[in-house]
Amino acid sequence: MTGTPGEVMHAAVASAGMDMPVGDVTPELVLVIGAVIVLVFALAAPRRRQPWAAALALAVLAATAVATLPMLDGGQHLTFFDTYAADDVAVWAKLVIVAATALTVALSVEWFRTDARHGEYYALLLLSALGAVVLAGAADLMEVVLGVLLSSATGYVLAAYHRSSARSAEAGIKYYLLGALTNAGLLYGVVLLFGLAGTTTLVGLGDELVGADSTALVAGVGLVVVGLAFKVGAVPAHAWVPDVADGGPAPVAAFLTVVPKVGGLVALARLVVVLPEAGVGWRPLVALLAAATMTLGNLAALWQDDVRRLLGWSAVSQSGYGLMALVALGRSELAVASLLFFLLAYALANLAAFGVLVELRGRADLDAYAGLARSRPLLATALGLAFASFVGIPPLAGFAAKLLLFGAVLDAGYAWLAALAVVNTVVSLAYYLRVVAPTWFQPAVEPLPVLGRWAAMAAVASAAAVVVVGIAAQVFLGSFEAARLLPR
Amino acid sequence: MLSAAIFVPLVGAGVVALLPASWARRARPLAIAVAAVPLVLLLAAWARFDPDGGAGFQLVERARWIPTLGVSYAVGVDGLSLPLAAMSALLFVAAIAFPADVRGRPRTYFSLFLFLEAISLGVFLALDLFLFYVFFDLSLVGMYFLIAAWGHGDARRAALKFFLYTLAGSLAMLLAILGLYLATEPRTFDMVEIIRQQPVPAGGLGSALVLLGFALGFAVKTPIVPFHTWLPPAHVDAPAPASAILAGVLLKMGTYGFVRIVLSMLPATFQRFAPVVAGFAVASIVYGALVALAQTNLKRLIAYTSVNHMGYVMLGVAAAGSSLTGDGGPRAIALTGATVEMVAHGLITGALFLLAGSVWARAETYDLDAFSGLAARAPAFTAATVLAAFASLGLPGLAGFVAEFQVFAGTFAVYPVLAGIGLLGIVLTAALFLRMVQAVFLGPLPERWATWPDINRTEQAALAPLLALVVVIGVAPGWLLDVIDATAGRLVGR
Repeated sequence: MTGTPGEVMHAAVASAGMDMPVGDVTPELVLVIGAVIVLVFALAAPRRRQPWAAALALAVLAATAVATLPMLDGGQHLTFFDTYAADDVAVWAKLVIVAATALTVALSVEWFRTDARHGEYYALLLLSALGAVVLAGAADLMEVVLGVLLSSATGYVLAAYHRSSARSAEAGIKYYLLGALTNAGLLYGVVLLFGLAGTTTLVGLGDELVGADSTALVAGVGLVVVGLAFKVGAVPAHAWVPDVADGGPAPVAAFLTVVPKVGGLVALARLVVVLPEAGVGWRPLVALLAAATMTLGNLAALWQDDVRRLLGWSAVSQSGYGLMALVALGRSELAVASLLFFLLAYALANLAAFGVLVELRGRADLDAYAGLARSRPLLATALGLAFASFVGIPPLAGFAAKLLLFGAVLDAGYAWLAALAVVNTVVSLAYYLRVVAPTWFQPAVEPLPVLGRWAAMAAVASAAAVVVVGIAAQVFLGSFEAARLLPR
Repeated sequence: MLSAAIFVPLVGAGVVALLPASWARRARPLAIAVAAVPLVLLLAAWARFDPDGGAGFQLVERARWIPTLGVSYAVGVDGLSLPLAAMSALLFVAAIAFPADVRGRPRTYFSLFLFLEAISLGVFLALDLFLFYVFFDLSLVGMYFLIAAWGHGDARRAALKFFLYTLAGSLAMLLAILGLYLATEPRTFDMVEIIRQQPVPAGGLGSALVLLGFALGFAVKTPIVPFHTWLPPAHVDAPAPASAILAGVLLKMGTYGFVRIVLSMLPATFQRFAPVVAGFAVASIVYGALVALAQTNLKRLIAYTSVNHMGYVMLGVAAAGSSLTGDGGPRAIALTGATVEMVAHGLITGALFLLAGSVWARAETYDLDAFSGLAARAPAFTAATVLAAFASLGLPGLAGFVAEFQVFAGTFAVYPVLAGIGLLGIVLTAALFLRMVQAVFLGPLPERWATWPDINRTEQAALAPLLALVVVIGVAPGWLLDVIDATAGRLVGR
């Protein structure tokens, strides 16, 4: 390993096409170029053509998916001098991110129709997705920083995109303040770890951190973990989630509770596996974060009558379940598969739930949901399926995810965490049913205006995918089984 | 054949739910026809079933599902699951055919019943723990919707309580299943393979925790005192056909799980704790009977007698698992008795809850004090209720007696003291049913019930097969015992 990470990055860009395996980053390149094209189009196109940016964004995402899929057979390896991962974990995370972003685009078309100047919104979405993609592939702390900053900077703007709405602005500000704090901490933590190890590649850290000064090590790791917890929406940096869910544009809330979480959890997973277990005791630490996140999210959601805040807190609690997979890394063969399957199941269910919210024009009062099963049976079913998947009702995707997560932590010797997750799951049923029950068992209070066909289709498609992925779990698990973190 | 028994009602549920609105009136006859298919298929399975056909399961059907995790789709029957599945299929036909106030949503109502039928049969027929859990958990969802949407009183609250309690139990069971799964080598959810491997040896904290998980899950579902508190409100507020299914079929999933999983896969661990289980069983018997005795609400009374009767089942199961060596005879008798009790309780209590539905449809109250002298006014209703009540209290010549006699005959050899205390339950249930019969049917007929209509042909037709079987099993149980006995003997290692 020669040169600072910055120089390595620079070299990577400078010599692209010569001795660098550019093929390993085709999806990222497609996203960058696509985002620029969308941005240029948005700047040049007249107002009535602005919605076309959505179609353009979908095309970019489709191209990204096409560029990503062949990498599943590409042999798992680290690339660009061990700074970037081209393993199946990264590839699957990219696919989930791309699918989630595409569904977000579909949810956004009608939501932003009245916004005369919204073409660049899609460019921001693509760049934010790119940030998450980089996070999911980052095998170097500098890459982690790059991914976090790109994902965050775009996220703040997205959360505050309703320029005339005070609530949206407030959500953006809250998101930004917490983000600025934790991102600064992340940088500081990276510097500390760089100082200890003399390298920022994860592989290098794994070799050099053994026997490092434990105070500095714990401080550095702690700051990086908090920085990533912000992306994941986990304790202690979770506070933005309900605010963004409540105040941000509903499609953006769907996006920000899914896409950065995918990138963040994968990045966190890559970081913890290289840490010396003796030096940091990261396993109990992550277990504690998982426990705190799921419990806090659930207890907070339990008191919510506002559907948007409820969904926000539910997203926090789900992060807690996702962190369970990390606890089992290196101790259970199920760990990586459980992480990937959780991300897939969570992304689909959360997009379905937020999709219904978008289709109902963001109505957050429970009264709006009364009688939905009669007036809009498909939407009510989609919402019910999404929540049932969160709870882990079989045979939905969320069930297989919970089964794998529980199995992984039991295998890793963390039975208490599995037991706590069970208690949390039972608690969560109570608040999910608080929303589902009125849709089936109460007559409608008033006729409910809906948004349009695109949003409805995206919500229903996500819910259908929750069912299909749950039943056809083998299609994914067959590949997840072989997926590895940081193959050398 | 067994797969068709699961998937025909499942597909039927989808079809009924999606019927065009103009066909809504035809939902009920269609649902009855679809519900009868599994019954026919299971009777055919019964005809092909060979009680002495060697070890293990028969009519097995398998398919790959999630090979990465060792999950397969596998169904099959033995002498334990076949009678339960057949009884369930019969009870579903009766419950679906029974008149009910569908509140303008016949398609959803009948669709949910068919869904629940598929799920319930799946629980009894599954030979893979993953599949078993899928069905076990889905039964909660179906029943939640039935209670919440078509119940009366504080139905949504009762349904929520039911869902929360039983989901907690299910998830405890899920952890236990994972405990078993992680111990298998190679890892598999296949029940036959797990029974062969016996992956969790007795002794140590691990085996006790796995047992605890299963015990919690099944104890809530059964329910065993003190995990029964969800049951009375769920029963009282549920629509009558749903109550019949809840008591007749869903409760059996708990006791069935004890035999199919705990007794078969953790016999040595269960043996250590069998006296504790027997103690809880006796507590259920006595407590259920005492509380039932104090009820003035007809449905609550029947609900608590269910707690009492499931106590008999659990006492028989505990006796069956009380030892791994020695004379298996009494233990096999206890287990056969427990299985017959499951079938008998399904038929008897199913009929009683349906009859309670007839009462509600006519009076909109379950208050026993409101009734008197109905025998003069409604002879068919009286005959059916008295027959079911006598069967429930264990009158010789009816199904309940056959079951309880064997449970106690087997248990006395193992736990004489507990069995003696348990007999108290029989005395108490006799008292409370006689009191109920006296209050409702004898005495002067009050003015307000002067036009009380007797149960109509539909109600009679739905009840007749249930009650006929109660008599047949009571008089000539040989055909049923033959099927159960060989499996029971194998399960206790006779």
